Amino acid sequence: MIEREQVLHVAKLARLRLDDAEVERMASELSSILEHVERISNLDLDGVEPTSHVVELENVMRPDEPRPSLPRERALEPAPDADEGAFRVPSPQA
Amino acid sequence: MSELRELTAAQALGRIEAGELDSGDYFDAYARAAGGDQLGAYLWCAQPGGAGSGGEPLRGMPVAVKDIFCTEGIETTAGSRILEGYRPPYTATAVTRLSEAGARLLGKTNMDEFAMGSSNENSAYGPVRNPWDAERVPGGSSGGSAAAVAGRLAPWALGTDTGGSIRQPAALCGIVGLKPTYGAISRYGMIAFASSLDQCGPLTRDVTDAALLLRELQGGDEMDSTCVGIEPGVELPSRADLKQLRVGVARDFSHEAEGVERGVADAFARSLDVIRDLGAEVGECELPHAEHGISAYYVLAPAEASSNLARYDGVRYGLREDDPGELVEMYETTRAAGFGAEVKRRIMLGTYALSSGYYEAYYGRAQRVRTRIAEDFAAAFESFDLIATPTSPTVAFELGARTENPLAMYLSDYFTVPMSLAGIPAISIPCGLAEPAGGGPRLPVGLQLTSPAFTETKLLDAAYALEQAIGFDGRPPA
Repeated sequence: MIEREQVLHVAKLARLRLDDAEVERMASELSSILEHVERISNLDLDGVEPTSHVVELENVMRPDEPRPSLPRERALEPAPDADEGAFRVPSPQA
Repeated sequence: MSELRELTAAQALGRIEAGELDSGDYFDAYARAAGGDQLGAYLWCAQPGGAGSGGEPLRGMPVAVKDIFCTEGIETTAGSRILEGYRPPYTATAVTRLSEAGARLLGKTNMDEFAMGSSNENSAYGPVRNPWDAERVPGGSSGGSAAAVAGRLAPWALGTDTGGSIRQPAALCGIVGLKPTYGAISRYGMIAFASSLDQCGPLTRDVTDAALLLRELQGGDEMDSTCVGIEPGVELPSRADLKQLRVGVARDFSHEAEGVERGVADAFARSLDVIRDLGAEVGECELPHAEHGISAYYVLAPAEASSNLARYDGVRYGLREDDPGELVEMYETTRAAGFGAEVKRRIMLGTYALSSGYYEAYYGRAQRVRTRIAEDFAAAFESFDLIATPTSPTVAFELGARTENPLAMYLSDYFTVPMSLAGIPAISIPCGLAEPAGGGPRLPVGLQLTSPAFTETKLLDAAYALEQAIGFDGRPPA
């Protein structure tokens, strides 16, 4: 069972602001999903290697040669607020 | 003009090649149809007219593309409010490959927000309706692509599949959907949901069209190191029988599994008879961990999503809510305003599973279950060439039927998730019509076939033989 306090803690980690109704709903929905997920806690998985990726690949390298990248103006174009060739954000201490 | 839209892509291409059909007229027929879309399938579509007949081999064939693929200068939202108005500065490799093969972009299709959903009801831009019954969902998350192809608003379309998002909507709309092997097609420019699972693939009217599109899409890409392509390419299917093939069916993972509608089970059982009639040997196989696919998937996919979606912070693109003025508050309010309920739920679930104290119990265990599922398939493929399952436990359900119960929605992907976790190719083909559990007109049922990694040519060949024998009439009622 996920408590209200846990929901608020995880929301903070995820940088999500939830209103009271969302917190309540999230607590009950996450609880029921996790209850289903916990069926895997009964499986014997001792000595089983974890899979993070299905394609077996070594590091893929390319020659370290300079080449053009996305021009700065193009990269800044979709930004909500850009100024002097940079992304502008509110001050962390405002 | 509507009869033009009854042709498969390969048939239309044949007429264009023979000089019997003008590729511009063909494109315009679709552009007009897409412009009059009543299904909510499109978020953007091309105007009739315009330049370009398109080069070889696809000669100007129109293609609809899920709105998860970045298209330079054309709005790309992934079905999310947080990307409303976003015009990417570059184009996804899959889309570029099709343009280079001579195809023309017909439109961007609606989808569940960030590909999270099985009904297309999680789009910020409204639901998509199933061409077979407007009160029912088309499936998801590639619901717009599936509805467009089934509803004769596109000859074929691109979708993406993370846990069933091509195959399940294809099944619910009565068309063909192929999830290729992980690593067959570049993910560059495909907005990320769960990077170790996401794979692009075709939604088409028939198996030949799926092969035709896959042939152009597959191939390595220096912009995606996990993409290696399919060697030595993809052949168009031609097989007339299934002689010498062994097809496995797993008891707990077939029409006999819990929650499978009667009509779906019957259609699946009839398909097994057709498979036998075509000369294949059908036997029982073991997939003991497949039933735990949903549990593993709903830890792993949300965990990857919680990391991938951290980039939507109101800084570089998309929405920003500026109100409070302080940086962290800006992040929090932007994400609160920009993400829909399902995306928030998955971010929360994934963040929880990765958080201190829970990581090993959830994420670590889920990764081990993933290994077990892949091992099950590998063991089964020692004795079988293909494994058959229903694609979806049910036919298309009514709009709103599962929106209040996330777990019920997640179980829609029961049969499709294990192949995604194992990274192996899987195709859904229509295998008949069945009455929904609650009664009503009959709706399409999908049959899923899966095979070892990078054996797409063999998989398509078998699906083709079966398709010819089943003879499904794919036209939705007018």
